[in-house]
Amino acid sequence: MELATILQAILLTADKPLSVEQLETYFLPEEKVARMAIRVALQDLQDVCAGQSFELKETASGFRLQTRAEFQPWVQRHHEEKPQKYSRAFLETLALIAWRQPITRAEIEEIRGVAVNANIIKTLLERDWVRVIGHKELPGRPEMLGTTRHFLDHFNLRSLDDLPSLAAVKALDMDKLQLELLG
Amino acid sequence: MTAIQKEIPLAIVRGEKFVAMPEDLYIPPDALEVFLEAFEGPLDLLLYLIRRQNFDICDIPIAHITEQYVAYVELMKDFKLDLAAEYLLMAAMLAEIKSRLLLPRHVAAEEEEDPRARLMRQLQEYEQCKQAAADLDELPRLGREHQVVQTAADFPSPPRPQPQVSLPELLLAFQNVLKRAEMFSHHEIQREQLSIRERMTQVLAVLQTCRFAPFENLFRREEGRRGAVVTLMAVLELLKAHLVDVTQGDAPYTPLYIHLAGGMAEA
Repeated sequence: MELATILQAILLTADKPLSVEQLETYFLPEEKVARMAIRVALQDLQDVCAGQSFELKETASGFRLQTRAEFQPWVQRHHEEKPQKYSRAFLETLALIAWRQPITRAEIEEIRGVAVNANIIKTLLERDWVRVIGHKELPGRPEMLGTTRHFLDHFNLRSLDDLPSLAAVKALDMDKLQLELLG
Repeated sequence: MTAIQKEIPLAIVRGEKFVAMPEDLYIPPDALEVFLEAFEGPLDLLLYLIRRQNFDICDIPIAHITEQYVAYVELMKDFKLDLAAEYLLMAAMLAEIKSRLLLPRHVAAEEEEDPRARLMRQLQEYEQCKQAAADLDELPRLGREHQVVQTAADFPSPPRPQPQVSLPELLLAFQNVLKRAEMFSHHEIQREQLSIRERMTQVLAVLQTCRFAPFENLFRREEGRRGAVVTLMAVLELLKAHLVDVTQGDAPYTPLYIHLAGGMAEA
């Protein structure tokens, strides 16, 4: 039996992404399946999925099989609940936590120029996308927020390095600042 | 605009009363409220004003933008939107920058940070954050672009077969329940229907007729447990009173015989 096919069967019936280490536990010692062999077989499985409606995706927690984005219109059609659309405030808050972690609420407020919506933070914490990763040594010891592995899984990311790079901030040259009284 | 509203200027810009929406807003009045609510904050509004006119963040006609900004803040007041303090703070900051520009420049080194630089940096940072939010929204998401592919492998948890229960076991359990229930029931003390004394007499009467009576013959099955207990008590009482004697063969478990006391000698 092809190892790639066995792995497919395991992943098809798993209810969460599985890491190579976790996949290894599915095999008995006498079956002599090395971790390296699993890695190679996963590559084969990826090739097998070419042209299929689903793909093998590696995210932070491991490998999972997921439908390809182009089939979403049909997959979604009869679902009563449309996928949630996030507000700009929600996305901006999450973006700051993702790119600038560890970050405090005050720092988020500083950049966005408005008070942090407590409900947004609560939702992010409840969803396990964000967690408190420590306290800043400042008066009041404010919480420092960071993203979780769950967040990476949800957004199809293997690590934070997979986040699109931020638009560069130009260094300010005070001499060239041209704030003028036009008009 | 109705005639009544004409008297109330929407905004005063450069001393000029605006009774109608500024032309360059291009927003239908009914949509304005929604539109203003759509701003995420003062930086967002300011960024919008700058971008709309294709200005660089580092190259803002400050007077122009300040006036526009204040005009929006005025509109927000008109629409009775919750005018957040952040918007007013920004208006004040813009006014400060504007006033500094109007004053002759101090070449002398300023200790405090140039408010312009601060504003520029804030705007840059916010724009970056906005872009990051948009990028994040673009990322394929589970449940939006992708679904987890899973066959219907509903592993029952835990996959244990239900234990078989036989009818006798069920009855036994029921009995135990009844037994336990009985422990909680009140114990009623009833008047003894069979008197021990009466039975003693009866036993003696039996022994009068047949002097050696096998012990078990004294019991009557139809009297049940209770009768048996009464008979036993009666025999024991008779033994205690030395009215009867009990004898048994030498081997263990051989039948017991009851006879009248002292009768042995006669026998």
